[in-house]
Amino acid sequence: MADKEITLMKGNEAIANAAIRCGVDAYFGYPITPQSEIIETLSALEPWKTTGMVVLQAESELASINMVYGAAGAGKRALTSSASPGIALMQEGITYMAGAELPGVFINVQRGGPGLGTIQPSQSDYFQATRGGGNGDYEVIVLAPNSVQEMADFVDLAFELAFKYRNPAMILADGVIGQIMEKVVLPPYKPRRTEEEIAKESPWASMGRKKTREPNIITSLELNPEAMEKHNIHLQKKYQTIKDNEVRYETLHMEDAEYMIVAFGSAARISEKAIEIAREQGMKVGLFRPITLWPFPGNAIAELAKGKKGVLVAEINAGQMVQDVRLAINGAEKVAHFGRLGGIVPEPEEIVNAIKEKLS
Amino acid sequence: MNNDIISPENLVYAKPELMNDSPMHYCPGCSHGVVHKLIAQVIKEMGMEEKSIGVSPVGCAVFAYRYLDIDWQEAAHGRAPAVATGIKRCWPDRLVFTYQGDGDLACIGTAETLHALNRGENFTIIFINNAIYGMTGGQMAPTTLMGQKTATCPTGRDPKLHGWNINMTELAANLKGTCFVSRQSVESVGSINKAKKAIRKAFEASMQGKGSCLVEIVATCNSGWKMTPVEANEWMKENMFPEYQKGDLKDTTGM
Repeated sequence: MADKEITLMKGNEAIANAAIRCGVDAYFGYPITPQSEIIETLSALEPWKTTGMVVLQAESELASINMVYGAAGAGKRALTSSASPGIALMQEGITYMAGAELPGVFINVQRGGPGLGTIQPSQSDYFQATRGGGNGDYEVIVLAPNSVQEMADFVDLAFELAFKYRNPAMILADGVIGQIMEKVVLPPYKPRRTEEEIAKESPWASMGRKKTREPNIITSLELNPEAMEKHNIHLQKKYQTIKDNEVRYETLHMEDAEYMIVAFGSAARISEKAIEIAREQGMKVGLFRPITLWPFPGNAIAELAKGKKGVLVAEINAGQMVQDVRLAINGAEKVAHFGRLGGIVPEPEEIVNAIKEKLS
Repeated sequence: MNNDIISPENLVYAKPELMNDSPMHYCPGCSHGVVHKLIAQVIKEMGMEEKSIGVSPVGCAVFAYRYLDIDWQEAAHGRAPAVATGIKRCWPDRLVFTYQGDGDLACIGTAETLHALNRGENFTIIFINNAIYGMTGGQMAPTTLMGQKTATCPTGRDPKLHGWNINMTELAANLKGTCFVSRQSVESVGSINKAKKAIRKAFEASMQGKGSCLVEIVATCNSGWKMTPVEANEWMKENMFPEYQKGDLKDTTGM
């Protein structure tokens, strides 16, 4: 098949297709709206017959994330997905993976909350993703796609980063990106790794101990406080390395911008339209779109905010990423927040009005 | 002492090769040490030393990975069957087993236990049932007997206050996905031999893809029960054996 073949599909379907193509070894998941298409698509495509990829519907999100822990601990590329309340259930597994340094990947297709919430889209899990919901000092690498193409592209990227740093990584999508249908070029097929390749890439993995090496033990437990502090210092150093090297973002129309919108995911797509409308009205607005929410592109935001009449953080929540933007800008420029709550997706005009009302 | 007696051909018993010399943290009188030994022997006898992955629980046996020189994963409390599912589904030719206590398996992990067993996952769950939460200091467990005294039922377990004890192994035997479900103990030479045979059968069935296996070991916790090791063995025989009856509850392995 042609590598540049363009197909039309939902964001959720793109995740499933990309997972098969980038050599994911296993998907464990549980149905929840608005992301059940991921496991449905995988179940229909039957990759266990072609690439040998495992697809298993688990008994809960709690079980799913622990299955990912087991597979990742054994060196395999393991994936799960859910939506906000299911991700809340997974927090235990996530902190365990962070502590044991496992390269599990998980996807949150956000919906409105709190609690059982609604099935409509939201971006109100930014804190859950970047401030942890699990216990302890840890970070998860967070990628925020804003298109079906990025849903497809970020699966391999998430695994690449997860294995590079032996750290859990997540794709933070939302119900809009999961459900819209767009053109996408799916990644080319790459085979699942062999046992030798896995042993080489992940010599730490518990995959059966060859007598030539010591046993590998995957654990996050350490009762000796001095040893545990040492482990935590190691984790913090790792996180600093990730912050120094893996920040990703995109800017649009910032060359002559007087106002800057900071937005991620579907809010960034809506902001692009808002910028078109604003510019037609004579307002020079640009967009800063973080792609990694952790590590957060704070330095770049601070730099680009300099001299602007104001910064509007447009996010579909009550004000979460705006805190990181304010921390980065540190009082140098005016920062305002605009968001709709509980599953309402804003119109572009609302963002234009917010710039006028809050930043003038 | 005539050192010629200590020669290879006279060696009838030795510490299993897979057990290392780390001093164990278990209490004197604890059943864990014996079961660890049996697992080490069975893995070696099956020739699976390089292809075994154990999943340890939260409980006294959290440190099982210190004592047997195979690869291990430490699971969150109750999640070992899910962790093992992830490992075994991705490495089907490996010998995978979980090693769990009664709180881990029959309380917080009930869903993971029953669902992994019912999916027929090709691994064995080793279930150490000592009717108490030993590691955290002796609280009531799901398998604590009626009238038994623990830190959270100091006047004795009362069904009105604390509910009934649960017979997980009987539940497991009724699941479609299990192929071998057995209950054993390790307080005498005879029972140790039977327990080892059960573990061997379970591990073999796992490797032959016949379905899931559960081997319960009715065990003592003399520290938690506040008895001497000998008293604990007697108490177990008098009180636990009638409630948790030994034998093979299910065997469809044909082995």
